[in-house]
Amino acid sequence: MNKLLSESLATATAGVSLLHDALLNQGVSTQAVEWSPPLGGKDLHDVMADQRRSVANELALSKMLNSGAVLVDVKPASEALNLGRGEFLHAGPPIEWSRASGPMRGALIAAMLYEKMADSAEAAELILEKNGVALEPCHHRGAVGPMAGVVTPSMWMFELQDPSTGNKSWCSLNEGLGKVLRYGAYSPEVIERLDWMRDVLGPLLQVGVRAREEHIDVRAIISQMIQMGDEGHNRNRAGTLMFLRDLLPFMIEGGTSSDVARAARFVGGNDHFFLNLVMPACKLQTRAAENIPGSTIVTVMARNGTDFGIQTSGTGNEWFIGPAQTPHGLYLGNYTADDANPDIGDSAITETAGIGGFSMAAAPAIVRFIGGSVPDALATTRRMYEICEGENPTFGIPVLEFRGAPTGIDVTRVLRTGILPQINTGMAGKVAGTGQVGAGLVTPPMEAFTAAITGLATRIV
Amino acid sequence: MRRIEIRPGFYRDSVSLMQVSQRAGVGIDGALVAMATPLNVELAIQMGFVLPPTSPNDLIIAIDAPNEESLSHAFDVVEEVLEEQLRKSREQSSESGITPARTLGRTQGARIALISVPGEFAFIDAVDALENDMNVMIFSDNVTMQDEILLKDIALSRDLLVMGPDCGTAIIGGVGLGFANVVSPGSVGIIAASGTGAQHLTTLLDHAGVGISHCIGLGGRDLSSAVAGRSAKQALALLEADEHTDLIVFVSKPAAPEVAQSLKDIASGMKKKVIFGLLGSTGSDITETAEKVLDEIGVTDRPWVNEVATAGSTGSTGSTGGSLRALFAGGTLCDEAMLIASKRTRVPIFSNIPLEKEWLLDPFGPATSHAFIDFGDDAMTVGRAHPMIDSKLRIERLAKEINDPSCGVILMDVVLGHGAISTPGEELSATISESSKPIFISLIGTTLDPQNFERQKAILAQAGAKVFLSNAYATHAALDALGVPR
Repeated sequence: MNKLLSESLATATAGVSLLHDALLNQGVSTQAVEWSPPLGGKDLHDVMADQRRSVANELALSKMLNSGAVLVDVKPASEALNLGRGEFLHAGPPIEWSRASGPMRGALIAAMLYEKMADSAEAAELILEKNGVALEPCHHRGAVGPMAGVVTPSMWMFELQDPSTGNKSWCSLNEGLGKVLRYGAYSPEVIERLDWMRDVLGPLLQVGVRAREEHIDVRAIISQMIQMGDEGHNRNRAGTLMFLRDLLPFMIEGGTSSDVARAARFVGGNDHFFLNLVMPACKLQTRAAENIPGSTIVTVMARNGTDFGIQTSGTGNEWFIGPAQTPHGLYLGNYTADDANPDIGDSAITETAGIGGFSMAAAPAIVRFIGGSVPDALATTRRMYEICEGENPTFGIPVLEFRGAPTGIDVTRVLRTGILPQINTGMAGKVAGTGQVGAGLVTPPMEAFTAAITGLATRIV
Repeated sequence: MRRIEIRPGFYRDSVSLMQVSQRAGVGIDGALVAMATPLNVELAIQMGFVLPPTSPNDLIIAIDAPNEESLSHAFDVVEEVLEEQLRKSREQSSESGITPARTLGRTQGARIALISVPGEFAFIDAVDALENDMNVMIFSDNVTMQDEILLKDIALSRDLLVMGPDCGTAIIGGVGLGFANVVSPGSVGIIAASGTGAQHLTTLLDHAGVGISHCIGLGGRDLSSAVAGRSAKQALALLEADEHTDLIVFVSKPAAPEVAQSLKDIASGMKKKVIFGLLGSTGSDITETAEKVLDEIGVTDRPWVNEVATAGSTGSTGSTGGSLRALFAGGTLCDEAMLIASKRTRVPIFSNIPLEKEWLLDPFGPATSHAFIDFGDDAMTVGRAHPMIDSKLRIERLAKEINDPSCGVILMDVVLGHGAISTPGEELSATISESSKPIFISLIGTTLDPQNFERQKAILAQAGAKVFLSNAYATHAALDALGVPR
């Protein structure tokens, strides 16, 4: 029986402050919520009235929490994804050359040169302008790509699997920082590095991964790195070194010493190497929660440099789009805000899974790098709990008494609170060929969430 | 000179904004700081402002002042007060050491959620609270019937109670929620489909020395055919099981006959006695209901039969001519008075909440015959605080009626208690004292209310009003003054 009349009364109020004050004056334990009018109009109302939502969201969260991610193989995209010649994948929602931003174009040019489909940037552009290459989002094949996220058939991919569902996800090998394909650079050094990764690094990683008796548990490494100052998006230093520790002995046993030395130097010198394992692990987590009718939980956030797109559990693979925003943060060298391209990359899958910007409180070491302060970082993570379905105890944040990472972005909570997901990100130069110009913070456009609530409302049965 | 500023998407609740308007309006011609709801836009236009297109989520700052200096000063005051309110709420939250939650579902340990957000959004917050196992009181009005039914069905499936929408009053375990008077603890449990009805019944019982266990609010529509007493049935079960309750009293505006019957059927199978006080042409008024309760428990004291304070002139003898104008803050009190007036005069009683459809009155226009205005009606509170919080519209109307030759007698209520204005008598007294017409006031309150009952009674009487504890008795006295036969 309802204990309303027998329990001591504790209240919460939303609305007129005077009614809250009247309770305080009576000495009642009461909390006033910081309320603001919700966005989303009738569609939000109808989704809140949908009796499937509450149960569906609980299920989505539990599927995310029960998912896993182990590294099962390393192999070329042609094998892993059945990617054929003339087929490229890219980050974010679908885009064609005519609407592509500078860094996306630069990366596609680099991909043409790398795959020897053109012998100059100009020749590559001519082919791309005529849509001579089939472009498709990474997410459509269950893969993820950082920044421009361009994947070509001969690039080597990490292959991860979720033991709870059997799902697989893939991501290319990280090239390092500066002038690299994913930031839109296509100079000869970029192509030479990609060649070495294809000819030496990829096969060596494959030997190491295949030689291990047990798969490397990527999710377990993420859990540890969160306690070592990484947030899994803009800081992956601890994760990278733990990964190298687990794999290096097997690479040494299977490779020539000069190759292994160069590979170890390359991986160890690139703090972001492990990002390309965190991302597919996060993809497996959110993919586990896909396609639950009535669920308003976000399963994908991704950007192509022009558009920001999200997908939700209850709406399958439909994209809800708004304009990509330009990040705020710090710039490398002489670059300024004028040089930065709007937001780009599938790496926001980390925030979708509750780490990255959502777990900023775990990474005080990098708050200045992206233009923030330690109190900002704590406030950011606390704010993200307001828009999430729950918490992930596997990713405990030490400074918050090991409270689990805020997990399962709920579209209805975003619209009700007006709080947008906080994303940590790198910034690409807006002119094709520039490379990285900085790093900072960005949010999705609210339009993506108002479009998603309409998509959810139209599916109410 | 006039200047208007629109701040898109800037939200503050109507009570806070009323305080801003009041502070900014001192010494100038007019100040309206309010959300751009249709009602407030209309008010701004009436004040002579020209508005750009707005949405109800935008803030209007409209200032009318004699010169540039006072105009810009008023804008500075608006800014200051808005800032001050923000600072105050931040200080409150930092004192408690917790960042305030942004949604009810994220608060910790609350067992009841009190929702007073604008009505169109109240459903969303109520669903959130129910899904997080909170009982809900919805103070907001302007919630659709369909949403009310859905909320009550969700609550029933989770063994939770929804009080409202448009539930102004509840007292749970001695704690007043919304507008509630400070009453003594006792063993009478009240179920009320009417906020001011509940306030009136609890205060009458208190004056007679009878305390209450709980007062469960239902919202004004719970006993309609469509809602079918969903919350009422739960409330009966809760009070039947409550160890502190011996006698149950049901008070409501006119109820759908079949719903009233089904509740009586349930009550007849209960161990505890249930007294029904349903207003209506065949029902009893609130004072009669209070008297039935006293009869049941053997209390003979009836402290409300005479006026409790007056300035001295008798006034109630003989006819004054003209018609009766009643200006109510409490909807049920207005209903009750109309039923009494209709029965005694046998002529149409015009109102914005009329007893008969044909008796509809525009509450902003002049009246020619008997007219009863409920200033707390939904249509008059969109984007504006309830008249028990903001008395401006009612005082303006009172001044008009005093000068209207067709008005003979004025009837009003003054409701005290938690949530209501702290100085209602002080706000009314200057206008009342200008009246040459008799003004009858039902003063709804108890001696423990924060406003100081004795002081309010004295102020109103000194201004010239005739003060009653009972709304029914005040109404009868007003009709007597008009010369209407009993």
